[in-house]
Order: sequence, then C-alpha cells, then structure tokens
Amino acid sequence: MSNRIIIFTAVLIFAGFSFASDANKPDVEQIVQKANLAAYYQADDGKAKVTMTITDKKGEIRNREFVILRKDIADGADQNYYVYFLRPADVYRMVFMVNKHTLPDTDDDRWLYMPALDLVRRIAAGDKRTSFVGSDFLYEDVSGRNLAEDVHELVDSNDSVFVVKNTPKKPDSVEFSYYTVRIDRRTSMPMRMEYFDKTGRLYRIIESLQVKDISGFPTVTKSKVSDLNSGSSTIMEFSDVQYNIGVGDIFTERYLRKPPADVRR
Amino acid sequence: MNLFCGKHSGTVILNKAKRSEESIINTKTRFFVRLRRTQNDTRNSFLQGDLNFKAALLWMVLFSSTVSGIDTGLKISDSPVEMHGFYEARAGYRLRNDRHQKDMSIMESRLQLDFASYPEWGDLKFKGDVVGDLVLEKFDFQTREAYIFTRPADNIDLTVGRQILTWGTGDLVFINDLFPKDWQSFFIGRDDEYLKAPSDAAKISLFSDTVNLDIVFTPRFNSDKFISGERISYWNSGNLNIEGSNAEKYVDKPDRWFRDYELAARLYKNINNYEYALYAYHGFWKSPGGERADGQVTFPDLNVYGASVRGKIGKGIGNLEIGYYDSADDRGGKNGSVNNSEIRYLAGYKQEIGKDLTLGLQYYIEQMLNYGDYLANLPSGPARDEFRHLITARLTKLLMNQNLRLNLFAYFSPTDKDCYIRPNINFKATDNLALEAGANIFFGDYPNTFFGQFRYNSNIYTAVRYSF
Repeated sequence: MSNRIIIFTAVLIFAGFSFASDANKPDVEQIVQKANLAAYYQADDGKAKVTMTITDKKGEIRNREFVILRKDIADGADQNYYVYFLRPADVYRMVFMVNKHTLPDTDDDRWLYMPALDLVRRIAAGDKRTSFVGSDFLYEDVSGRNLAEDVHELVDSNDSVFVVKNTPKKPDSVEFSYYTVRIDRRTSMPMRMEYFDKTGRLYRIIESLQVKDISGFPTVTKSKVSDLNSGSSTIMEFSDVQYNIGVGDIFTERYLRKPPADVRR
Repeated sequence: MNLFCGKHSGTVILNKAKRSEESIINTKTRFFVRLRRTQNDTRNSFLQGDLNFKAALLWMVLFSSTVSGIDTGLKISDSPVEMHGFYEARAGYRLRNDRHQKDMSIMESRLQLDFASYPEWGDLKFKGDVVGDLVLEKFDFQTREAYIFTRPADNIDLTVGRQILTWGTGDLVFINDLFPKDWQSFFIGRDDEYLKAPSDAAKISLFSDTVNLDIVFTPRFNSDKFISGERISYWNSGNLNIEGSNAEKYVDKPDRWFRDYELAARLYKNINNYEYALYAYHGFWKSPGGERADGQVTFPDLNVYGASVRGKIGKGIGNLEIGYYDSADDRGGKNGSVNNSEIRYLAGYKQEIGKDLTLGLQYYIEQMLNYGDYLANLPSGPARDEFRHLITARLTKLLMNQNLRLNLFAYFSPTDKDCYIRPNINFKATDNLALEAGANIFFGDYPNTFFGQFRYNSNIYTAVRYSF
C-alpha cells in the first residue's frame, strides 16, 4: 500500500515538474500546430484573389492570377481548394480542384478542368515539392506541409518570435535537409522560412511581407519566395480576402465544369 | 475510339474512272466530287450556313446589348463582357509524297475570339474562329461555342446552344463519349482543342445526393468530321487502294431536324473519390458505319450502353470503361454494308514517375460481334480481325519552370501491326507567346489497317500562338 502511495506521489511530482517546464518553454508541437492553423485554416472557409509575379534571374516577368476558394472539413485536417484561373490567357477559365488529405500516406485528390475541351482530368498525385503553376512556390507551400512529416525542435525564442527547426522524417523524400520557421508569437503566423540543402547551405527563403487583420483573422496578404539556386523569385499577393462567406458544396464535378457564381464576383 | 473505320474501312471510289496520274490535285475530279456533294448537301449546307450566320448575328446582338447597354427591348444583362482569344499561325508538311494530296499538310492562320458574360442568371458565351486556310484555299468562319447557360433551380444546370461536350475516362480513346470529333484536325496537327467538334445541343444536368444525371439532346445529328479523303488519304476497299482528294467520300448523312436526333445520357456518382458512371446513347455511327451499293457511305443507327469507373490506385489514377455498340440496323451482323455490333473495353493507368514527369498507359480492345457473319458477307479485300487490340502510352515532361512541355502520345496495335505517334513540344516564351512543334507519324505493315492506311499522311508541323 505504502509503495503505491509513493509511486502515486512521485507521479504527481513529476507531472508537476513537467507542467512547470511547459510554462517556461512552450510545447513545440503546440506552436507548429497553431502556426499551421494560422497559415492555412483561418475561419471555416475563405476566398481570395491571388496574383503571382514570377521574376527569373534575367529579370523576365511572368504573371499568374486566380481566384481561390477554400473550405475546411476540420481545423488542422482535411480541406478542399477550388482554384479558378484568370491569367495567363492560355489557362483562362481553367479550374484546379484539390481534396487535401492529412492522414499519413494519403495522397490528395486533384482534378483539372480544361474548358476548351470540356475535359475533366484527374491528376495523378505525385511529388508535392514541384512547382505550383510554374512559380517558385511549391504545391506544398500553397496547400501546407503535413506536420507529421517533420520532427520539430524549438531552437530559439524571444518576446516576439519562436524559431522552429523542422527536420524531415524521410530525408530522401525531399530536397532539403531541414528548414527553420520564424513564427510571430502574437499572431502565430510563420514570417520567414529558410530551407537548407543537403550540404547545410541556405538555398530557399519564404517571407511574409505583409500581414493584415481581415475580419479579425491575421492574414498574409503578401509573401515572397526566393530561390537562391536559380536566382528566381515569386511574389504572391492576396486581395479581396473574405472569410466565412458560406462556401457551399462546390467541390464537385458540377462546379468544375461550370464554376459557381462566387468565383466571378 | 470512334474514329472512322467501317467494317472493312469501307468506302467506294466516287470517280470510277481510271485514276488520274496527272497532278497531285486532280482539279476536275475535285470539282466533280464537290458538285455531287453539293447536290447531295445543297439544302443542308445552305441551311447550315444560314443558321451559322443567324446564330452569330443573334449572339452579336446579345453581346452588343450587354456591352453598350443598347436597349434592344430585351434586357439581357448589365454585366461586362470578357474577351479573350489567340492568334495563331501553323504550318506543316508531309513526310512522304502522296500524289493525292498537297505537300503541305497544314498551312493556316487563325484568330479565335472568345466572349463571355456572366449576368446574375447565368452565362453567355460566344467563341469563334476566323481561319485562312492555304491547303483548302479558303477563308472560313467557324463558331466553336455559342450558348446560354443557366441554373434554373438549385439542382438543375441547363446549357443550350453550340457547345463542346466531353465525358468518359479515356485519354484520346473514346468509348462512351459519342460527341463529335474532328479527326482531320487531329491528324494534321491542329491543337488538341480541335479534336472536339462542337455539338448543337441542349444539355440538362440534374443533381441530387443519390446520383447525378446529364442528358444531352442534339435535335439534328452531328457527325464526326471523319476522314473523307480531304487532306488525309485512306484505304479504299472498293478498289483496294489508298485514295485521297481524288476520291472524297460521297456521303448520305441523316439530317432531318428532330427526326434524326441524338440522345446521350450519363448517370454518375462520386463515392469516396471513385467516379462511377453509366452511359447510354441513341443515334448514329458518328463516322461512316456502312456503305450502299451505289457507293454512298452511310451513318447507320447506333445505340451504345456503357459504364466506367475512375479513381486512385496506388500512387496513380486508374480507369476502366466498357461500351456495348448496338448497331441497330444490322443486329444479326448479316448485312455486309452496315457495321456489326461491337463491345469496346478500356483499362488505363497513369502515374507521376519523376519530377514533373507523368506516364499514362491504356489497353483498349474492340471486339466485333457476329464475326462469322461478317466474314461470310465480306464483299472483297482483307478482313478485319475479330479483336482489335490497342495500347496507348503518354509521356509528359515539364521543364524550365513548366514553360517547356514535352509530350509523346503513341498508339500501337499488336493485332493490326500499326502505330501512330504524336510527339509535341510546346514552349511558352512569354505568358502570351507560345511556340510549338510536333509530328503525326503513322506506320503499318498493311495498307488497310486502322492507322496503317494513313502512312502516307505522316507529317511534321510547327506553330506560333499569341494568346490574349
């Protein structure tokens, strides 16, 4: 009996220590989860007009413009994206639709609608670290990297930021050896991400250049990715951002073929 | 894959006179061919032209009323009109000499204008091409799309007018997609967009939680733009020879409004992102499916019933599709001048196999039913196999920030011993300017097989396109 009391007391004491240490040094998993929610899951749904300006090392510029609609199935979990392209002219009215899945080893479902052919194509899921619409943003930057794919370490913190180092659990599946994220303590927004290659050299930076409060939700309205290897960079700007607009069940073949009125207004 | 291919690639030479050896284009014959076709189609083409014109005019009035706010008495909308389009120049040459065709396989410039307006109640759409064609030596205006789309109720979509329609799971192989195709454009190297010819139809879509239904009613038969001898030479089983513009097909096409109609339906549902569909079609063989004793090629009655499923398999996307082609004018297969019934099967799989590198493979089988009766009633010449096996492969690689696309599509038939290869390179020099080069290469051991008959039509082409 007395043994049991001792063990019980010991458990309580250790538990108390661990609570105390949580108070001093916050749990890194909580930090990255909050950052993930801030960056990809604000409100229950949202809509924005997105412009991308891609500048290559020679200074030549290409533009992308699309309307994006998002609806979350659950915070931090699955969500749906609907992307309606406006520019460049050769992809005008094309639609890209994603059912994002966050369960481990579950690929996203992706569709592309090509209006000139009235063709609904299923896109074979693949490497998420390939360019999104030819920009320096990768598919994974836009849709969010699954938290479970990395080991997270809090490497630095001060009054305004946390710095988290993320090391992939499957190093062979990605081109980086690790990346660091500076997270704003107040908004939980990732403000700067630095990617290091297999030799430990910095080769890629994503910066949040402008964060605005929209309907009470901190929102990155301007961000930039710089590829130090290729000398190319892309600026992505969000305008007409709206939250909780009541995005309906538009993630279906019906709306792939004939977009909802929402995307055009 | 509903490409031209009669029971025995059948057609009959129009000009039975001994084939002229004089020039690449026998103008006399061409004139004669045109004359007879015109006689046959006089009413049609006039009506068609007239309708085209009226439709274009109606659309211009609708759009001008939306643009300028001119009061036409019928207030359409105050919403602005979006205009897009492209200008393109495209040139191609044959790789082999064909005495029945010009050396240039394609030589045209094209301006496409695309107008769209989105008023509260729906969409207004007009898309048309102005084409200067040096091969046919003509200047043409083609309406690609001219429709009104609306959502009259929460669970109904309605599109009425000229529209491009596609369904089914095949990649450049069509079983249950019986909407018109332009095979001529496909073989001479126009953009893939032109493989789909427009339908003049009404499409109504009904949606529910249990299942969705599309119904397409085409009041007057829209055939394929099939291989007729114009621009592309083909196997003529009448005189067992390859023929081209010297012997364009003499057609008898069903063309009565509301009597020679087509009805196509699709019942579909997505279950856990596996897309299931059932299809039905009532109409005609889309490319000639028979021929008369007098040499006219015909479009016999056809009903098609099919099913498909598409979804994730492993790291890729798989699809299965099947269709039963009920050749209603010759159910027993005893009529040698009408296609037999068939069953068509398709299995496909595609996967990303490297960075921006995708491989797609398909296996397709056409099974002719009542094959014994076919053989017994075959007039002359080599017979088709009971089973036609076809393998397709598509390899797509994106390079230079996805601005350079290398694409290779190949059809290969181990039973026909022929193949058709479509390499294509597309480079986006800027957001607006694209440069393109490609080829259509046909090989075959025999002159009468599906792709083998086209071996003198192999061509290369290049294009420049400015999109706006």
